[in-house]
Amino acid sequence: MSYRNDPYDPKQAALLDPAALEAAVDDARKAFDDAPDLDALAALKPLHLGDRSPVSLARREIGSLPPAAKSDAGKRVNLARQSIQGAYDSRQTELELDRAAKVLVEERVDVTLPWDRRPRGARHPLTTLMEHMGDLFAGMGYDIVEGPELELEWANFDALNIGPDNPVRGAMDTFYVDLPGLVMRTHTSPGQVRSMITKQPPIYVVSPGRAYRSDELDATHSPVFHQIEGLVVDEGITMAHLRGTLDHFAKAMFGPDARTRWRPHYFPFTEPSAEFDVWFAQHRDGPRWVEWGGCGMVNPRVLTACGIDPDRYSGFAFGMGVERTLMFRNGVSDMRDMVEGDVRFTTNFGMEV
Amino acid sequence: MKTTLSWLREFVELPADLTPAQLDAALTDLGMEVESIVDQAATVKGDLVVGRVLTIEELTGFKKPIRFTTVDVGRDAPQEIICGARNFAEGDLVVVILPGGELPGGFKIGARKTYGRNSNGMICSAAELGLSGDHSGIIVLPAGSAEPGTDARPTVGLDDVLVEVEITPDRGYEMSLRGMARELSYAFSAAYTDPAAVPFAAPTAESPYPVTVEDTVGCDRFSARVVRGIDPTAPSPAWMQKRLVAAGIRTISLPVDITNYLMLELGQPMHVFDLNRLSGGLVVRRARPGEKLTTLDGVARLLDAEDMVICDDTGPISLAAVMGGETSEWQPETVDVLLEAAHWDPVMVGRTARRHKLFSEAAKRWERGVDPQLTLVALARAVEILTEHAGGTVDERVLDIDHVVAPSAIALDAELPAQRIGLAYSAADVVKLLSQVGCQVSETVPLEVTPPSWRPDLLTPIDLVEEVARLGGYNDIPSILPPARGGSGITPAQRRRRTVGRALAENGYVEVLSYPFVAPGAADLLGYPEDDPRRSAVRLTNPLSEQEPLLRTSLLPTLLGTLKRNLGRGHRDLAIFETGLVFLPGLAVTAPPAMGVDRRPSEDEWRAANEIVPAQPWHLAAAVTGDIAPAGWWGAGREASWADAIEAARVALSAAGITPDRVTVSAAELAPWHPGRCAAIAVDGTVVGHAGELHPAVVSAWELPKRTSVMELDLDALPAAPVTQAKKISSFPPALIDVALVVDRDTPAAEVAAVLAEGAGELLESVSLFDLYESDQLGEGKKSLAYKLTFRAADRTLTSEETLTARDAAVAAVAGRFGATLRGA
Repeated sequence: MSYRNDPYDPKQAALLDPAALEAAVDDARKAFDDAPDLDALAALKPLHLGDRSPVSLARREIGSLPPAAKSDAGKRVNLARQSIQGAYDSRQTELELDRAAKVLVEERVDVTLPWDRRPRGARHPLTTLMEHMGDLFAGMGYDIVEGPELELEWANFDALNIGPDNPVRGAMDTFYVDLPGLVMRTHTSPGQVRSMITKQPPIYVVSPGRAYRSDELDATHSPVFHQIEGLVVDEGITMAHLRGTLDHFAKAMFGPDARTRWRPHYFPFTEPSAEFDVWFAQHRDGPRWVEWGGCGMVNPRVLTACGIDPDRYSGFAFGMGVERTLMFRNGVSDMRDMVEGDVRFTTNFGMEV
Repeated sequence: MKTTLSWLREFVELPADLTPAQLDAALTDLGMEVESIVDQAATVKGDLVVGRVLTIEELTGFKKPIRFTTVDVGRDAPQEIICGARNFAEGDLVVVILPGGELPGGFKIGARKTYGRNSNGMICSAAELGLSGDHSGIIVLPAGSAEPGTDARPTVGLDDVLVEVEITPDRGYEMSLRGMARELSYAFSAAYTDPAAVPFAAPTAESPYPVTVEDTVGCDRFSARVVRGIDPTAPSPAWMQKRLVAAGIRTISLPVDITNYLMLELGQPMHVFDLNRLSGGLVVRRARPGEKLTTLDGVARLLDAEDMVICDDTGPISLAAVMGGETSEWQPETVDVLLEAAHWDPVMVGRTARRHKLFSEAAKRWERGVDPQLTLVALARAVEILTEHAGGTVDERVLDIDHVVAPSAIALDAELPAQRIGLAYSAADVVKLLSQVGCQVSETVPLEVTPPSWRPDLLTPIDLVEEVARLGGYNDIPSILPPARGGSGITPAQRRRRTVGRALAENGYVEVLSYPFVAPGAADLLGYPEDDPRRSAVRLTNPLSEQEPLLRTSLLPTLLGTLKRNLGRGHRDLAIFETGLVFLPGLAVTAPPAMGVDRRPSEDEWRAANEIVPAQPWHLAAAVTGDIAPAGWWGAGREASWADAIEAARVALSAAGITPDRVTVSAAELAPWHPGRCAAIAVDGTVVGHAGELHPAVVSAWELPKRTSVMELDLDALPAAPVTQAKKISSFPPALIDVALVVDRDTPAAEVAAVLAEGAGELLESVSLFDLYESDQLGEGKKSLAYKLTFRAADRTLTSEETLTARDAAVAAVAGRFGATLRGA
């Protein structure tokens, strides 16, 4: 049966009725809005936008309309379909956002959980501190020199004007070995002797490193300890330059309030000689002067023994214990903690000091 | 040097209101290290008064006899005091501390009930007041010495200030009241009285006793006087005893006390001989081989040919300048004495004192230098004090054998102090300051400076510069930072040690620093073969511990010692490392050439000297035990193994700037490692160290946890880090192909990877092992190694044909070398 030429078919044109289309749109929008999740929404899609949906069926009826009515009806159907599609899309976006938000909530973790699956190690604070000190001087144009720890007796003593009768050369203070003419260096100064032997001034060096004295280990002494010593030999070097250098070093190590105080002293390798204290404002027991090291103008005899003309050149030297510095700077109360190698002591410092 | 402020005040007019802090500062600025300044009056707090014992009631029924006393302390009513001592009687004057007072050491005194009675205060002993070690009883004051109720401090001598200073070894003159007072006079611009500036008897032609000085180098002055018929029972005066005790010197007898007193006052050590115990004339000479002497401390000493001795007909009777001998010493019945004051060679005395381990008060002064112009003054003072207190007849003859050489003048450029110190001292300042310390200074150019006899330390211009700077004030020296002269930064070797240390620390290793001393048995415990060069070690001749006399030739024994200490403290999971020197003795055991100090050693001398210095390369070692990755909420941990030790070596090498392609890891056998789990680590084909699991026997010998693994590298053997060349980065996509190869189980995976890479050719970007499977299903003794091959070209996207051709070439190479077959093929 064909009604192609029939200008009016009230039954079939019912779906194209504006009210019917409006109802279809309303139905769809309501259904979509009621869809609780994306799956439910997807299940509704065929019902309202599929081949058998009211708007699809309405489109089919357009063919049965008179030509004059087709255009109008087509527009109506399209508008309705676009509305339904729009409702679907907006509901879908809404539900997708909901789901994303829900996923974020569901994926919440306890960020305080530990994750030390590969524990970090640490560097020994004495090493770090010596590097720190060395860097300060490197930045001032000094070279960092080292030397053997089992050292020529001549370089450790004689060249430094420590004569054969000096008591420090006795077995009470110095470790000797079964090889003639050698000692465990009692300070890092022989490294400086080596600098002077191999190089003419200007000499600006520091020598950080290990030294040995035959003391028993206790809270404040260790037979193996670390020093950093400085040596400058140049034309016109004065004790004022020594003071300037030590004050600068003190400030760099301990802050802008730090300064040094000198006490006349005796060392064979320097003259004049002094021991010096540093004003340490951050001391755990309150700001105070703390004994820090020894210094002086290089004894001309030392320069002569090392082949440097003492009339042309003068120099200064200073030295301090690294353990001692660490003890007051970082509040280490027992020397033994630094030498026993308990990992708890070192780990506490991490990579910096 | 210990003395009292009151004694110092005799020679220097110090401010009356001088505080201990001012005194401390002055002494410190002069270069004397202050050990302590103790105001004795302040050591006992509260009321310390003289009391008179009125009644004594003996209390019985207690464990020891107890006295209940009443004591008049100048108050309205007598104090009731319980006392445990028994050395006093009713009417005696005693020292009482009243309730509210405090004894040295913070011992507070209160009123309390004890032994059933009230005790209000305490009767004190000398020990309780900190005056001496005398605990034998309470102090009983001489009758009539004080009124009850008065402050007891002056009466018992608690009214002085004790000063103890450390004197530097160059300043012998400060080891006397004379020297300390002189120094303090500079600090306070105070008037000074030289105790040596007193009249003394000049030497006479005739000697009171025959003396010959054979060695005038060892003894350049010998003076003596004789006093006969003294009262041997005469006690030393109380003031002298008090000063000796304050100086820490035991009182012995009047003649001996006088010599000690004058040693403190003037700085001149002296000796007293019993004239009647000498037989024949005295001879001053060096000891002869085999000679013996029993010194005053009762020790029989074998003398050295360098020791100076004083002899009589019987042989040595005194170890000159250090300690007298028993046979000639003053005795309680001595009535005739010979007093000796000499001047000895400081070097000789120092050697003798050290040789015989006799560091007497006299030796300490001789070693630092004694004024040679004091002998006659000291003798005159001694004779005066002795006869004043013990009578006797002075022999008017005075012996003085004097070979002292006067100090020579030092030519000093008046500019030198300013040039060296950096403070503009004028020529007038220099003259003034040097004159102040006793130098004679000429007004010439340069200055001619003649040091005083008590300053043998002033020999060269710089010695004088020091005096100018010291008295001018160290703390006035300006602070000037010298301009930098251009340095080259830290050396590559230093930078490498830092980087390696940081890399290991970031990889979980904790740095330790161990002493380099090891036990001889460590080599056995490490399983070194008999001919292992690491057994050859330098030995300390005076080790701290006889158990550990050797210097390490490897870091491992000391590192394992530290590991054990940590295990002993309850740590189970440990990863530690150390960077340090090892000591490798050479073959030659010759002495270095004798090198003087008056010039630089020649190049030949310096080279020869350094040739005998054992090589001391920087080594790096690491040890791991327990879990290297801990168990946690994430799951199980991972036990440390041989592979971690080898990886630590790789990490270190990588940090040292050695790229992985230069590093070869190959199986090796070396103690102390497990023979099947030891890798030799080579850089550019040269072995630089080893890594792996410790041999089970070593683990057991050291009592370490099983599977403890270690590595050690010779950092100094590593080639210098090169300037790294940039690598071209391709922007084309990679082609990835996996190959599983079946090879014999003992085929090293690293070699397979190397051959794969070689065979694959230039298109190969990387090869990495991602699976290892061992099963006899693969064929007996076979294993499967699965590698991921990444191919990439710099200029194009690779075709699958190109990639497969390269893959086939790689597989063909390993098939050819190791008989490898593709798994499943």
